[in-house]
Amino acid sequence: MPIRRDDRGRYVEVEPRRTEETAWLRCRECGELVFRRKLKESNHICQRCGAYFFLTAHERVTSLVDEDSFEPLGLGATSLDPLEFVDRRPYQERLEEAQAITGLNDAILVGRGTLDGCPLVLAVMDFRFIGGSMGQVVGDEIAAALERCAQEEVPFVLVVASGGARVQEGMVSLLQMAKTVAARNVLAEAAVPFIAVLTYPSSGGMLASVGSLADITIAEQGAMIGFAGPRVIEQTTGERLPAGFQTASFALEHGMVDQVVTRESLRAELTRALSVLQGGSHG
Amino acid sequence: MADDTSIRALEEKVAELRTMMESGGVDLSEEITLLEKKLFALRREQYARMSDWDRVKLARHPERPRGSPLVEAVAENFYELRGDRMGGDDPALRGGPALLDGRRIMILFHHRGSTREQQHACRFGMATPQGYRKAIRLMNIAERLRLPLLSLVDTPGAYPGVQSEEQNIAGAIAESISRTLALDVPTLTVILGEGGSGGAIAIAATDRVLMMENATYSVISPEGAAAILWKDPQATPQAAQALRLTAPPLMELGLIDQIIAEPVGGAHTDPKSTADELRTAVSNHLHELSSIPLDELRALRYKRYRNAGSVRAAADQRG
Ligand SMILES: [Zn+2]
Repeated sequence: MPIRRDDRGRYVEVEPRRTEETAWLRCRECGELVFRRKLKESNHICQRCGAYFFLTAHERVTSLVDEDSFEPLGLGATSLDPLEFVDRRPYQERLEEAQAITGLNDAILVGRGTLDGCPLVLAVMDFRFIGGSMGQVVGDEIAAALERCAQEEVPFVLVVASGGARVQEGMVSLLQMAKTVAARNVLAEAAVPFIAVLTYPSSGGMLASVGSLADITIAEQGAMIGFAGPRVIEQTTGERLPAGFQTASFALEHGMVDQVVTRESLRAELTRALSVLQGGSHG
Repeated sequence: MADDTSIRALEEKVAELRTMMESGGVDLSEEITLLEKKLFALRREQYARMSDWDRVKLARHPERPRGSPLVEAVAENFYELRGDRMGGDDPALRGGPALLDGRRIMILFHHRGSTREQQHACRFGMATPQGYRKAIRLMNIAERLRLPLLSLVDTPGAYPGVQSEEQNIAGAIAESISRTLALDVPTLTVILGEGGSGGAIAIAATDRVLMMENATYSVISPEGAAAILWKDPQATPQAAQALRLTAPPLMELGLIDQIIAEPVGGAHTDPKSTADELRTAVSNHLHELSSIPLDELRALRYKRYRNAGSVRAAADQRG
């Protein structure tokens, strides 16, 4: 579950954007109310404090690939609710709600496209879909994308926005860690490049599997990168968390990522990374 | 658990009669046999009524056979290898070569400690990046020396600390999963007690996965699920049930291969027979795995994890 520190140092859970109807959004950092249309113009960055609002999977795809080049490759599957899980609400109901809000089958959008003319397969997670958690559908989609990239010798770019494993799928979700890593090993044997982009948030089982195994790992400014949530760490260990804990620059300082980039420069950075790994320039 | 106190009282009574018989020379064997029968019936009755939450408590039972004493009971000549060769040694995740039923193997196991001091030193079996990096080092040795890998899992989860994060616990787990999956030797896991999330799967993506009858294997602790999804600690038993973290449902889901029987009342009631059952099961599976050519074994392993909990594989099975 996504948790972050609010401006008074307490931990608050971040509620993903619920509907597309509201015209105004509140900045989670400074509390400013921002007009949604205005936000689109500013690349979903708060004009008052510079905080990053989540991008939907579609917005992220649009911001990264060449115009009109994106062609979805999704498997079209939806979760089978393997445990028939019910907490305060049935998981099935949460799924249907998330599908209605995002227009996605699950928390990931996969497709092929070009970036400055260079072909790639892009998998982008959507945090609004049950916290971007990885269950059987996300696992299947990532594994299928990795296998396709290995076969077609096309580079793979994964944009992580995930709170971790999909708790409602129990052990089925834990095994997606092994599944995605197994498929990642296939890509490695095919000598095809894999670039991961870690955004807000990149944590839990998603980070402790395929999310940590890219050839080049780029963190977006404003990302939260860490295995365990701050609250879990404090409750289990009683430790005080240092300033800037689990931020993108923390990840850079501790050797977990290769670059930290702003949202505006992510596309250019990806182009540069892809071209250097493929040993030539494109475009 | 319902009648834990009456079981404990009976256990004490039996022990008392035994001491009396030994010191006083009185023959109390009939009484003892009678009480033991009663004790067994009570245990069986309680056992049958166990909820999933009871089973979680049994998996965490302080006297449950685990860690290095269990390794010593199951295998011979265990030679511990220590250190990740990168700056430290994690006492929560240990291992080394050993002999099991005459077969040379590499064992990895979580260690929770039995004394208070030990428990603190190894953080109740919660391993750090150093632990998982040591595991990778031992896997490399196993592959070089052609030793099958046996992972004995018993952990609440990976250690969630500031230093764990600074040393990239997520990356260490990911690398450990990757190495396990790529190993060119037969690999086997037994979930002994608690199979806690990423800290467990880090060394458990093996050719076969077995579970002790009272072990649990879960993506999150019932307490964690109750806090996050029910927003109510009282919902913990409910969460334990909803997560389907005991062996039978995981067998039904096709995620594990065998359930190893425990004595009535749980493994702690008879550590010797528990170790024997465990050794037999491990030995049988290693024997089977060793007869499969390595190429085929790795292909089967890929298929297993590629299809694990997959939507399409489930649909194919139904259709
Ligand atoms: Zn702001």
